[in-house]
Amino acid sequence: MTEQDPIDISRLETAEHPQTLRRIAIEPLSRVEGHGKVTLLLDDDNRIRQARLHIVEFRGFEKFIQGRPYWELPVLVQRLCGICPVSHHLAAGKAIDQLAGVDRLTPTAEKVRRLMHYGQILQSHALHFFHLASPDLLFGFDSDVSRRNVVGLIERHPDLARQGVLLRKFGQEVIRVTAGKRIHGTCAIPGGVNKSLERSERDYLQQDIGQMIAWGEAALALARNLFLAAREQHRRFARIDTPMLSLCRTDGALELYHGELRAVAPDGAKLLERIDPRDYHRHIREQVKSWSYMKFPYLQQLGPEVGAYRVGPLARLNTCDFIDTPLAELARIEFRALEPGGLVQSTLAYHWARMIELLHCAEKIEQLLADPDLLGGELRQTGEMRPRGIGVIEAPRGTLIHDYEINPDGLVTRANLIVSTTHNNRAMNESVRTVAADLFDGREISEGMLNSIEVAVRAYDPCLSCATHALGKMPLVIELQAPDGHIVDRLIKDTRGELSR
Amino acid sequence: MNPSFKIDGVTVPFEAGQSIMEAALAAKIYIPHLCHNPEFHPHGSCRLCCVTADGRSVAACTTPALDGMEVANETHEITTQRRLLLKLLFVEGNHVCPACEKSGACQLQAVAYHCGMLAPEFVHFYPRRAVDASHPETIIDFNRCILCELCVRASREYDKKGVFSIGGRGIQAHLMINSASGKLGDSHFSAADKAARVCPVGAILPKHRGYEVPIGKRLYDQESISQVGDVAAHQERDHGE
Repeated sequence: MTEQDPIDISRLETAEHPQTLRRIAIEPLSRVEGHGKVTLLLDDDNRIRQARLHIVEFRGFEKFIQGRPYWELPVLVQRLCGICPVSHHLAAGKAIDQLAGVDRLTPTAEKVRRLMHYGQILQSHALHFFHLASPDLLFGFDSDVSRRNVVGLIERHPDLARQGVLLRKFGQEVIRVTAGKRIHGTCAIPGGVNKSLERSERDYLQQDIGQMIAWGEAALALARNLFLAAREQHRRFARIDTPMLSLCRTDGALELYHGELRAVAPDGAKLLERIDPRDYHRHIREQVKSWSYMKFPYLQQLGPEVGAYRVGPLARLNTCDFIDTPLAELARIEFRALEPGGLVQSTLAYHWARMIELLHCAEKIEQLLADPDLLGGELRQTGEMRPRGIGVIEAPRGTLIHDYEINPDGLVTRANLIVSTTHNNRAMNESVRTVAADLFDGREISEGMLNSIEVAVRAYDPCLSCATHALGKMPLVIELQAPDGHIVDRLIKDTRGELSR
Repeated sequence: MNPSFKIDGVTVPFEAGQSIMEAALAAKIYIPHLCHNPEFHPHGSCRLCCVTADGRSVAACTTPALDGMEVANETHEITTQRRLLLKLLFVEGNHVCPACEKSGACQLQAVAYHCGMLAPEFVHFYPRRAVDASHPETIIDFNRCILCELCVRASREYDKKGVFSIGGRGIQAHLMINSASGKLGDSHFSAADKAARVCPVGAILPKHRGYEVPIGKRLYDQESISQVGDVAAHQERDHGE
């Protein structure tokens, strides 16, 4: 980063004369879930004029679930994603509880679902931090690209890589025990769950949970130390100041499964407080832009220009008043002390917040495993059918909203899904612009500069589609085009990470 | 001495009038099938049970057993043909096993596994077929119907209602419901009917109740269909309990 006159990043969404500019596409983005690209338009002096994050996938779930029976939704819609299917499964599960007229689950059903959810967030956070993000953080954004991946991590930090794999494995095992499979199982049914835990399953998870908490503490310490090692640089990197949104428990505690919506302004003022998440549509609007398949949500009270907010671990750590597990709460206090006057807005602080949540999930799993309700036999409640169900949950990447309407026969007539990554769309774009404005200031373009753009996107852990999973093996082609469209230069990264021209 | 014949070299006794299928079932030898259910007259339409009897290809469910007959069942050639038939069945309808509530207790899926079909091979037809959820207790997903006619036979022969029939010819053949609107909710169908319990796939299902059996506990999760048999027999037993 260089000292210079600050660029107004809002002017970087759309350049005035794009036909005169040079285009660089980072396509596809690597080490994120799914497919996306970043386009940069530079002038003749290599100064940034336009920067956009595009999501190039179209999934169509909202359309093709129309006409399907409502009880299929948790199992059908979870196929949106191979990384966080449990979040979709449970958000849809909460929605179909309402469709089946059930407002309160049995203690066993709710705790089995919670266990599954904590296992899911633990595995997803471990996957992101160790496999996708840590190579940038440990080796440097512009380090040797051939080693800046999970294989390089295994070679140089084998113990760390092993902990990452085993933490994720434990989370997957929690999911398997509750859902029958590690990925795309079944658990939530209208008004409850289809199984509780057998004693042997509970004991199996209990034998490892102490180790998971210890590794969770170590992962948290690593994320914290990496952030603080270059505190000022990390504080500023890709930083934008936005409101934050998440569910919170009624008493203000961090809440991942079921709570009320809270939104906090950059100065700490509450913009939304104790909002029934089923009223989300009164407070959240979505803007459409011609250049992206992904919508741009904003807080209705602030309008589209300044109402964009952030969700996910960073938002949750900022919105909640406390965490109800002791180790994570200690970490939260230290984390929030970074910015005593307001919210922690540093985009790279997402990683630190994510590891606080990983530890919290491990602590929650330990608590649940000690709870006899988990072995209970009352699995399901029934009620009178209703025409609309809205399930809201905190997925690993942020607030996830599933909103369904059915006809009297029980078939879906309308669906609206707002996935976590969509909430962060504008924020990710602005973070990309902030980095581009800092780095693309006339100097020669390097691979490290392009990776810095990806580092900013990666911090949000976006799930750009869902089922595909690249692990840094994605090929990357960077083309430099002259204003007339003529290709001046072409840099190719193959699937082994080797560069050629 | 009782008459007997051989299936893949194993001697199988039979009683006069028994089909190859009936004698095989009695001897606990599995011949893959979809449209056969011992409670109803054999139909011979799915062709999955085709075996060679003394060198001739015949449907095991409609061919009487003969003394001294040599039957080939699970040969490489016959299994390959069965896999082909199954692959055709899978692309004709919309059989989305990953999201289907019948998955794990579906005879089509189980037979496909038994015959070694692990992936679709042909281009999917992706027919557009609406779900009929008009009945308060039972749903019909025509996307999964394989035209085995078991519901047709059960409703006609056992329930004495004639709720179902097959209309159209060739690739246009489809399941129809005998009511003025063509909807199940307007027919004489009842969830207590035999026809509600004979579907080998996920076409006729109870409403509001999918995925109640956890993965690992479903009919074909632990044992192959060659060991535990037809799903309809289990549905019948569960109904009686």
